[in-house]
Amino acid sequence: MIETESLTKRYPRVTALDRLTVGIEPGVTGLVGANGAGKSTLIKILLGLSPATEGTAAVLGLDVATEGPRIRSLVGYMPEHDCLPPDVSATEFVVHMARMSGLPPTAARERTADTLRHVGLYEERYRPIGGYSTGMKQRVKLAQALVHDPKLVLLDEPTNGLDPVGRDEMLGLIRRVHSDFGISVLVTSHLLGELERTSDQIVVIDGGKLLRASSTRDFTQATASLAVEVTDTERHPDGTRAALDAFTAAGLTARADGHLLLVDIADESTYDTVRDAVVALGLGLVRMEQRRHRIAEVFKSKQEKEGGSRDAA
Amino acid sequence: MPPEPAAAVTAANTPADNSRIHDIGYRHYDGVRLDRSYIRRSLFVQSLRGAYGLGRSAKSKVLPMILFAVMCLPAGIIDAVAIYTHMTKLPLEYTEYALLLQAVIGLYLAAQAPQSVSRDLRFKTVPLYFSRPMERIDYVIAKFGAMAAALFILIGTPLVILYLGALLAKLDFAAQTAGFGKGLLAAALMSLLFGGIGLVLAALTPRRGFGVAAVIALFTISFGAVTSVQAVAFHQGAQTAIGWLGLFSPVTLIDGLQTWWLGAHSHFVGGYGPPNAAAGACYLIVVLGLIAGSFALLMRRYRKVGLG
Repeated sequence: MIETESLTKRYPRVTALDRLTVGIEPGVTGLVGANGAGKSTLIKILLGLSPATEGTAAVLGLDVATEGPRIRSLVGYMPEHDCLPPDVSATEFVVHMARMSGLPPTAARERTADTLRHVGLYEERYRPIGGYSTGMKQRVKLAQALVHDPKLVLLDEPTNGLDPVGRDEMLGLIRRVHSDFGISVLVTSHLLGELERTSDQIVVIDGGKLLRASSTRDFTQATASLAVEVTDTERHPDGTRAALDAFTAAGLTARADGHLLLVDIADESTYDTVRDAVVALGLGLVRMEQRRHRIAEVFKSKQEKEGGSRDAA
Repeated sequence: MPPEPAAAVTAANTPADNSRIHDIGYRHYDGVRLDRSYIRRSLFVQSLRGAYGLGRSAKSKVLPMILFAVMCLPAGIIDAVAIYTHMTKLPLEYTEYALLLQAVIGLYLAAQAPQSVSRDLRFKTVPLYFSRPMERIDYVIAKFGAMAAALFILIGTPLVILYLGALLAKLDFAAQTAGFGKGLLAAALMSLLFGGIGLVLAALTPRRGFGVAAVIALFTISFGAVTSVQAVAFHQGAQTAIGWLGLFSPVTLIDGLQTWWLGAHSHFVGGYGPPNAAAGACYLIVVLGLIAGSFALLMRRYRKVGLG
């Protein structure tokens, strides 16, 4: 879908992208980074609107330096900021934007009706946009990015300004853009957590550099663990301690976190080993649940580690 | 790509049933995608219609339509008088009409130029245009063309009314047609010049009010200043200076240019036009330079906008 090779963008004062090399597969990809990490700069370059200082990038196999207009006819873009005139209706606005993508008048109207329905705007689409809620406006912004049936959409912080319910709805909609519409998605956010449920792949950039790129499954599977909580008995006044020793003796990797024991899941037999060890000690098993580390935690520990090593160096 | 739901397939095969199937799945678009010239033309038409409030709210139609009516009304009255009093020629030249009603034209430009460009800047719609196949020059051509065309309709329609009236009053056909042609030529130059200046001023600020004020200020102050200084020159007997001073305001530029080039009746103080051929050529060069300059400035203005 997207390939970049040592992509660098230098402005007179800052380096927005620093030798970024990343390959993005079809599907939903989360592009995560703090504000100013270079997300918007990357989008501008991918749309062929801003030349890279060094390096190359290709979108859908087309070179961004030479085939900008062709790329932009096959890609949809939803900006982060407000971009809707308040005095026209969603229908009028999206029809106009469809024509600006080269759709003939009749097709523009049909596609607009379809697209607005798919993003969940019904009767209100004939009313001026000025009266819409933030959630509805975000849907119009998404609709104008989808109306010309692109192969790929670039969504810049689509959940910004939404309440938790609106955020979940928008994330669900983004998931459907790929699963139901078959359109690949590159979605940016400064919040790592909200993209892990939505994305197939996560790319983390910081200071214009690639921090990590891997599939969401890799992120979470590698870190699956089992949370175990046990009772204390007279024979084992500190049941947690006793269980930890027993787990370690049985060859498991475990650590205590307050009253919880976190056991790394090596394979299916881990569950049996834990159960047997607890029974052998005669402890009550209060809780045994599978835990998926949130990406944020992985990311944080990775950063801490890096920060630590950087400090040490 | 996931398989489309069965309902979508059915709906695609039998379009007549569409109205009864509510949950049809996502359908891909396989139709044509037209090129940049279609996109440019679409934006031009949309902007031109917008300049008269068409395709917009009822409120936005009021001012442009009133101003349009105000522009046409005197032409209608002149026609009526010419027909009923059996005049042998119209009481004014075609080229004079726009000069006499310059305040209306200025007001229209002040209201509609910001409408055309400040809105896109203020509501940050510009990035949506540039994330599509069009290039910066397509946007500028469409907006510039639409503003000039809107002005040409405003200035040219009353001339058409005058001309039709003149024909009905059975005035000399050749003379009227020649005058009408000159009037349209001057109107076209005026539309390009005013449209360009108006858009450059309006595009400076996303605030519509500032745009309106800037356009009115530039046109009235420059015209007032030029006319006052011309009056001073007139009293000092400096007739050559009067002819040169006209270079410093948009309205007097058109006035001087048509006086020299089209033999129109000058509205300068004392009726003096550009003093010689060199001065006349200066008017033409300045007008064409300002039109080209406005275009270049607009191109420059949108270079930085990008995705904002």
